[in-house]
Amino acid sequence: MENILQQALKKAEEAEVFAFTDEAVPVEFESNRLKSIQSKQSTVIALRIFKKGRVGYGLTTQPEEIEKLIDMAVETAEFGTHAKFELPQPQQYTPVKTYDPDIEKVTIEEMVGLGQSMIDAVIDYNPEIMCDAGVSRHSGHITILNSRGLEAHYRNSLFNLGLGGNLVRGTDMLFVGDGQSSARPILNARNIIQNVLQQLDWASEQAPVESKKMPVVFTPHGVESALIAPLASALNGKMVLEKASPLIDKIGHQVFNPALCLTDDASMDYQAGSAPFDDEGTATRITPLIENGVIKNFYYDLHTAAMAGTQSTGNGNRSGGSLPSPGINALTIQPGAASLKEMIADINEGLLVEHLMGAEQGNILGGEFSGNVLLGYKIENGTIKGRVKNTMVYGNVYSLLYNHLAAIGNDSRWVGGSLKTPSIYCSEIAVSSK
Amino acid sequence: MPRIEEIAQELNTLIKSVNNIDYIEARLEAGQSCRLSYRGRSLETAAESSGAGGCIRVLNKGGWGFASFNRFDTLKSALERACDGARLAGKGRSQLAEIEPVITRAQPPKHNPLLINLRDKKALLDSYNETMWETANLSTSFIGYGDSFKKSYFINTEGSFIEQSRSDITLRLTAVAGKNGNVEQSGISLGSTGDFDQIKGLENEVRQIANKAVALLEAPRAKGGEYTIILDPILSGVFTHEAFGHLSEADFVYENARLRELMTLGKVFGPAELNIVDNGTIPNLRGTFAYDDEGVKSEKTYLIKDGELVGRLHSRETAAIMGEKPTGNARAMNYRNQPIVRMSNTYIEPGKASFEDMLSDIKEGIYVKNWYGGTTSMEMFTFSGGEAYMIRNGKLAELLKPVVLTGNVFTTLANIDAIGNDLEMNQGGGCGKNGQAPLPVSNGSPHIRIQKCLIGGS
Repeated sequence: MENILQQALKKAEEAEVFAFTDEAVPVEFESNRLKSIQSKQSTVIALRIFKKGRVGYGLTTQPEEIEKLIDMAVETAEFGTHAKFELPQPQQYTPVKTYDPDIEKVTIEEMVGLGQSMIDAVIDYNPEIMCDAGVSRHSGHITILNSRGLEAHYRNSLFNLGLGGNLVRGTDMLFVGDGQSSARPILNARNIIQNVLQQLDWASEQAPVESKKMPVVFTPHGVESALIAPLASALNGKMVLEKASPLIDKIGHQVFNPALCLTDDASMDYQAGSAPFDDEGTATRITPLIENGVIKNFYYDLHTAAMAGTQSTGNGNRSGGSLPSPGINALTIQPGAASLKEMIADINEGLLVEHLMGAEQGNILGGEFSGNVLLGYKIENGTIKGRVKNTMVYGNVYSLLYNHLAAIGNDSRWVGGSLKTPSIYCSEIAVSSK
Repeated sequence: MPRIEEIAQELNTLIKSVNNIDYIEARLEAGQSCRLSYRGRSLETAAESSGAGGCIRVLNKGGWGFASFNRFDTLKSALERACDGARLAGKGRSQLAEIEPVITRAQPPKHNPLLINLRDKKALLDSYNETMWETANLSTSFIGYGDSFKKSYFINTEGSFIEQSRSDITLRLTAVAGKNGNVEQSGISLGSTGDFDQIKGLENEVRQIANKAVALLEAPRAKGGEYTIILDPILSGVFTHEAFGHLSEADFVYENARLRELMTLGKVFGPAELNIVDNGTIPNLRGTFAYDDEGVKSEKTYLIKDGELVGRLHSRETAAIMGEKPTGNARAMNYRNQPIVRMSNTYIEPGKASFEDMLSDIKEGIYVKNWYGGTTSMEMFTFSGGEAYMIRNGKLAELLKPVVLTGNVFTTLANIDAIGNDLEMNQGGGCGKNGQAPLPVSNGSPHIRIQKCLIGGS
């Protein structure tokens, strides 16, 4: 690593080496039985240089190919974007727990047992359901060195549990599922099993829906599948810089209902999105994005922040080994006071949406979501009547989360590893059905 | 680049030395890729990457073990881990459809985009970006260009040793317009099997998407509900891939008795003129390959013929378990993943109707073109049109904001009542399944007309 940096500096003014290694052990169940046991080792080394004021970038999986790596960075630097920012100096990081050595002690037999326990619980409830399940553990190492003297690294670990079930009756297919992840081993699947059995229970009957506007409660999974993509893209500093976000010039403005608070927070111990620094070596922090409905901050990486005349918020993200760009660490929506039960009880005729399929295909930048209710239930007179089918939900987060935000739930949970959200109750959404 | 051919030879000896295991295969890959992207008026990313790695997959008593790696100095331990995994997972009987072992070096691709100067790639994209910004009132634009060349080896304990290479180019151009907090976009995506010339000369298309994004700002929104719709070849291709193609991937049905019953060969799925094909052998399409990632030769497979379900896509395992022939559709995104059943080039064969015929008897309907994307849960699908027009009294009328369509695949296929005579293949985009994305595929269709399709809206 040090060697790559030194070699690169012979050809460039500034240089940064980013490396990560990951070792993963996924155990997979398919159609109710153990299907495969895997072991995956991967290494990535990325080199970013500033040469004649321009950014060059190369990436390799082979640590011994230093020359090739430097050549790629030099070649692309001829055309790269102008380097308007400085690589970070050595800095103080707030400690956050991202690694638990116990993760390496979980045996494959234990992982197989966990997967089997999830499947057994579902089959016990209804033997006609076919389940897929996954249990995996990862451990990795992230290192950043740069020509400003920064030298930082941390270890991370991740344990994932996932369960999906399908029930087929004629041409009717029901899909249920849940997942959980943590940097520490998750040694029982109780929560997932309970959630999936609840879904199956609520979906046991079908209920008709009329096409009209009606109140809708999004469960945490529902929030993730419908509302997060429009919010996360509009708050992305890059979208704002490019004037593609409707939130440009809206800092300090009341854009959403005062009940809505959204924060990016990488500082929670043992959470999947946590890290002491981002993929550029900038310290992570707690960034309030929406506070009481008022837009507070956008999130930035180094380059975008410099272009926008501001500071990186520690959101430089290199998903898939690409050049850094602004990315979410871990979003949290502040819970409210209402229980899910109370929200459901409040509705005479409406929907409880668990999974909206294809919602992210609409005009996200405009705040829109539109999708098919893959898993959702009809609410009648304050109780759940059954699963809805052939139903689409259409909305715009700007009108929905301002004028039609009826309540925020007290049932916060993690979904998908980088979002912690309660259920959200909206008073009026367009529903189409046939 | 590491000498992966030598490593393949070494592994070939190694895997044959293992006893008491039903089957072992290994894949090795080395490749290089380049990416250029623009946001707004300026270039944002110029990046190159180079990579190599391999994997070993082992089958024992019906259980699979898999080990992937970037390091080539620990092949023995990777092999041990894969064997241990298979031994632990296997409790039944291994089933793999029989194929002839293949020893071959497949013809390398005609074009290698890595040989094109970065300067020339940038010059073309610069000119598109200038064309894009000739349109006033754009708020931003995105251009994403990627190319790659990859060489791979496949070996197995049955004696196969296959070398093949592939070249790939993708290009996506998007224009974004904004006004009073309203943001609209329009885009195109295309690709080729490494031929850079195929993405040249797009100035008119680029101008059109820029103008379209601005025009969409003022366009009204469709009222949600059921309509007679006409899909253009691009969107109909997405529909074919998403709604029907995924359903015909055998790994979804092979161990699920109820789904097998639902997908019984011989069932009528659509009108008599409906023919749907997956064909991995058509030259110069991005979904084409000589051998899949289990060493099975690619094929042309009829999925629907004369409206009837006649076939499905298989891996060696799904074919053996279902008692059908393998089709060469086991594909892996790269060496980090196990092969799973995937499509190649999937399309509806052309019918007889002209576009005017389809329009003429629609009193009120919607013509939907282009796409943002699509996804499916097997029975239900949603897919998104990039642009839409009302149809009134047999004629195209006003431009609408983009629409999302959804439906049940079985009723929707049955509701196809006209198939155009104008098949076109779309090379843009890629397919995602079980976390493996974007896999190069292509899809296509003629214009098709569907009765009673549900459109989302206010």
